[in-house]
Amino acid sequence: MILLVVPHVDGKIAKAAYELAAAARNIGRTGPVTALVLGSAVAAVAAEAARIADQVLIADRPELAQFDPELWSSAVAQIAQEGEAHTILIAASRDGRAYSPRVAVKLEASLLEDVLSVRDCDGALVAERLSFLNRVTETVAARGAVVVVSVKPGAFDAATPASEAAEQFDVDLQLPPRRVTITGKEKEDTSRIALAEADVVVAGGRGVGSPEGFTQLILGLADQLGAAVGATRAVVDAGWRPYSEQVGQTGKTVQPKAYIAVGISGAVQHVSGMGKSGCIVAINSDPNAPIFHVADYGIVGDVRQIVPALIAELRK
Amino acid sequence: MRILVLIRQVLDAQETVRVANNKVDLDGRKLVMDTMDEYGVEQALRLRENGADAEIVVVAVGDARTQEALRAALAMGADRAIHVETDAALDVIALSSVMAQIARAEQADLILCGGQQADWDSQALGAATAERLAWPQVTWTRALALHGATLTGKHDADDGVESFNVTLPAVLSTQQGLNEPRYPTLPNIMKAKKKEIRKDMLEAYSVASRVTLQGVAVQSKERLKRILDGKDAPAAAALLVQSLRQEARVIQ
Repeated sequence: MILLVVPHVDGKIAKAAYELAAAARNIGRTGPVTALVLGSAVAAVAAEAARIADQVLIADRPELAQFDPELWSSAVAQIAQEGEAHTILIAASRDGRAYSPRVAVKLEASLLEDVLSVRDCDGALVAERLSFLNRVTETVAARGAVVVVSVKPGAFDAATPASEAAEQFDVDLQLPPRRVTITGKEKEDTSRIALAEADVVVAGGRGVGSPEGFTQLILGLADQLGAAVGATRAVVDAGWRPYSEQVGQTGKTVQPKAYIAVGISGAVQHVSGMGKSGCIVAINSDPNAPIFHVADYGIVGDVRQIVPALIAELRK
Repeated sequence: MRILVLIRQVLDAQETVRVANNKVDLDGRKLVMDTMDEYGVEQALRLRENGADAEIVVVAVGDARTQEALRAALAMGADRAIHVETDAALDVIALSSVMAQIARAEQADLILCGGQQADWDSQALGAATAERLAWPQVTWTRALALHGATLTGKHDADDGVESFNVTLPAVLSTQQGLNEPRYPTLPNIMKAKKKEIRKDMLEAYSVASRVTLQGVAVQSKERLKRILDGKDAPAAAALLVQSLRQEARVIQ
């Protein structure tokens, strides 16, 4: 069977679940698609999962209220073994990429990480994925009876849910004790448009000068455009903006129709998170800033002059 | 206690990527210790400076040039190095087996590993090594302190930053923002030349890769690069807005 671990957030099934279903349908391997729902109070998630799989297994346990790589990998490996899964699909979120390697080791399986595509080819799974800070597309082949695959969010078009719901079964699992204690959480601010879903992103770097400058210029321009707000690592490290807005190698990867980079020099680590955007606009005082090498449009000038002029022009 | 820092030598992020023989060409290119690993070396040194009685061992698997990255870690202050020399390309699951075997032999208490390596963009090494050792793991650490045998800190999760604590032994993955890595001083670079780099052959670890590279393609989108002079801000702004509305058609 193909085992698909259903990603969910705040009691709702995640968009990535439908993308995993699409990956499962196109993978070219036989056997039923089994969706596994891990969590606490996940009945609503399971009901949705029943429309993208041939059967749904549910482990609804209070211990699973908070993600933990040891608990998740243990649960997935048990189900995979009992069901003799040959392919295990996991969303390549931060958490997914933190536990999928453990699943692979437990099952003595091969691991394909963060794939853009995946297909059976004479018994091997062949996948495309990005490497070298998202600058190279590589094709890799995984041999072995069992392969664990983490699927890059957004790489597959979401599968359309079936009108009929598959059967749901509660499963019994042996869970290990939790060894990492989470003592606090700074939740992301969700009041603004989500970075991953926005058509337009306005992002600021140290070049905006100060937290006040960021508020005035970046938030001002974003509000005018109905855009999401992004930031560089340096801005987040300086405490000007929350981590949830960070774009780049250690933050989020975005691919909006337009990415407007203000006061951002364009370090490779930042570009790896936004270089695939449809149209890139750069505003920077330094004409030699590397961001201009990846820009479609740009203005060399003082961001404190240019951005207010842009806002005024857009208001006309 | 003993801290193992797993490091990898990668193409310098500032270098452009070139392809030859269906793989990324590293011949004659500038290679460096992966920046995410530098944060691990630095953090190990800081744990010791903050009172941990620790020996710091850096470990790498790779070709002969990998020695340079190990030397750089020794120059930062690590005590000794283990270099498993091979020209073979190991997949991350096979690599984790080598790392776990070394951790057992060294009786390590803490393993630090870069959150993602800048050549294969894998995030799996720390987690896979932890699983082989049956240790807990924390990924994407952004703050870390040791009190006795308990690590406390902060790390990045899917929906925000979490505070955690975990008892040793454990594997933690490191990233930019955890600290500011030091530059090696000249005396320390000289000292590092006398430090031990033990060479092992990969064959001693009997591992096999099941994931193989079939080919690579560099895809860079051609950009228009229409860059305006912004001395007259309102005029430049008007031109840009017009381009974005009528030519690119990406804003209303």
